Amino acid sequence: MTGTSVIAPSPGVPRAALNTGAGLWPSSIAVAGRTVRKFARTPQLIVFTTIQSALFLLMFRYAFGGAIGTGGSLSYVSFLVPGFIATTVLWAGMGAATGVAEDVEQGFVDRLRSLPIPRAAVLIGRGLADTALIVWGLAIAAGFGFAVGFRLHGSVAGALAAFGLCVVFGFAFEWVFIVIGLVAGNAQAAQSMGLLITPLVFLSSAYVPVKSMPAGVRQFSEFQPVSPMANAVRGLATGARGQALLEHSTSYYVGLSLAWAAAIFVVFGLLAVLRFARR
Amino acid sequence: MQPPILEARGLEKRYGKTQALAGLDLVVNPGRVVALLGPNGAGKTTFVRAVATLLRPDAGTLHVDGIDALRKPARVRQVIGLAGQFAAVEEAMTGRENLEMVGRLFGLSRKAAKAAAVTVLDQMQLTADADRLVRTYSGGMRRRIDLGISLTGTPRLLLLDEPTTGLDPISRLQLWDAIRGLVVTGTDILLTTQYLDEADRLASDIVIIDHGTVIAAGTPAELKTRAGDDMIEVHVRDADHLPAVSAVLATIGHDPRVDAPQHRAYVAVDEGSSRLMDALRALDAHGITVEDISLRRPTLDEVFLALTGTPAQTTDSPGQPVGA
Repeated sequence: MTGTSVIAPSPGVPRAALNTGAGLWPSSIAVAGRTVRKFARTPQLIVFTTIQSALFLLMFRYAFGGAIGTGGSLSYVSFLVPGFIATTVLWAGMGAATGVAEDVEQGFVDRLRSLPIPRAAVLIGRGLADTALIVWGLAIAAGFGFAVGFRLHGSVAGALAAFGLCVVFGFAFEWVFIVIGLVAGNAQAAQSMGLLITPLVFLSSAYVPVKSMPAGVRQFSEFQPVSPMANAVRGLATGARGQALLEHSTSYYVGLSLAWAAAIFVVFGLLAVLRFARR
Repeated sequence: MQPPILEARGLEKRYGKTQALAGLDLVVNPGRVVALLGPNGAGKTTFVRAVATLLRPDAGTLHVDGIDALRKPARVRQVIGLAGQFAAVEEAMTGRENLEMVGRLFGLSRKAAKAAAVTVLDQMQLTADADRLVRTYSGGMRRRIDLGISLTGTPRLLLLDEPTTGLDPISRLQLWDAIRGLVVTGTDILLTTQYLDEADRLASDIVIIDHGTVIAAGTPAELKTRAGDDMIEVHVRDADHLPAVSAVLATIGHDPRVDAPQHRAYVAVDEGSSRLMDALRALDAHGITVEDISLRRPTLDEVFLALTGTPAQTTDSPGQPVGA
């Protein structure tokens, strides 16, 4: 058919007013509130992630722990728990990848994108909510740590700093998982892609001293972001005995972890924004 | 004078080798309910996503309520509501919470969002289930709350992408009622559907699209007229007589069609009543026993078939004609 189809008006129709839309902050809070509520009201999510975390700790503490020497006066449980807590943020983050992928797949993201809100609010809201969930996961992990015999050897201030560092690290890594969720297309793919972080967790100083690893693996382990993170948390939480195991000072590892966190946040935050803005 | 609620000129969108929109032109003035009808892959969803500013056309212009959707997508979002093929509702929240959340996102105050939720719940007949988690809702209730969510901002243009796909007949009727209720309130609606009866019952105008362009547009009655002339339809008791019937009908009109499962044949004719007499005489002369013969207007299915060459899907009525 040639020419444009014109559909004629009906006279005397009332017009709806414009919707101004919510600002960046209120809309981010509303989006975050929904994600937190979803988590809090889906018992499978809470129970499963909690059990997974506990099983992990118990396995390393009681099954493998006996065979792993720390190479110093620090007991294995005191060595293990800071590393376990530091890597909790990665396991918790994997949930974000599936969550984001589900929202894309089921049209929830499209709905939000069709609303008169800043599009950044969808990402910021997600980031805020997942950081809140990470704090929750960290608190649980710390509780388990104390339950299996971990004791603080450093100061309370050091322990709080370690907790804060984990939250910062978790917030930065969150953006890796958000990007995975946006790219994956569906929840199963997001989960598989999320599992790619497993080598980062195990080829690090989180569970095992890197001195025990063969040269190539050891170099990788020392280089990648999870090791300085685990070392920083260990140094802050276990005081002199833990610090004796580290090659550098605690502040060196804290600085390195923060630098990694900043780099990861900038790179993956940007990727998330670019991917999200595409239409 | 009010600008058209929707004005698309030469819209093009390509995904790899697939040309989803191939120079689509369409102008819709305010106060209408327009159904976009077309087979799978015709470009319906792509067009709706372009109007909803979820994707950017490769070429062409698009104005929604006079706003340039390519240059000012954020302003377009202030006048539209979207309900998609999936019910994009948070299952872990109640119906009321979902509505209030989106109300807030539309920029309503806390109080106004609560009031809007009450209104919409009533409109969608969900007041009794307002405080249950959506995960306990039936499929039809989910679609209704989804539709309701897109209404909390009282949009000028509501976009419904296959709103009833996958629903059982009763839920479909309820959703139709809900959509018809909106027309009274002055919301313009653009809906996509693969179902002719849906378009016929809901829309004031039907736009048939195929291969990314508009191939016909008009009111249901206009389209039926355009597809041609009246139809003579013959039912026989014995399906073996159908080839003979078809041969007779070929002498009355042109291009007769046979629907063997339904034991019938039909043909378009120019002068209905006199041709009906001709048909009866010819059938009688051939000794064919006719169970029923009728003269009727073409159905939208026949219009669709004539225009696209593809049979349309029908919802729940097995008696609908299917092209043979």
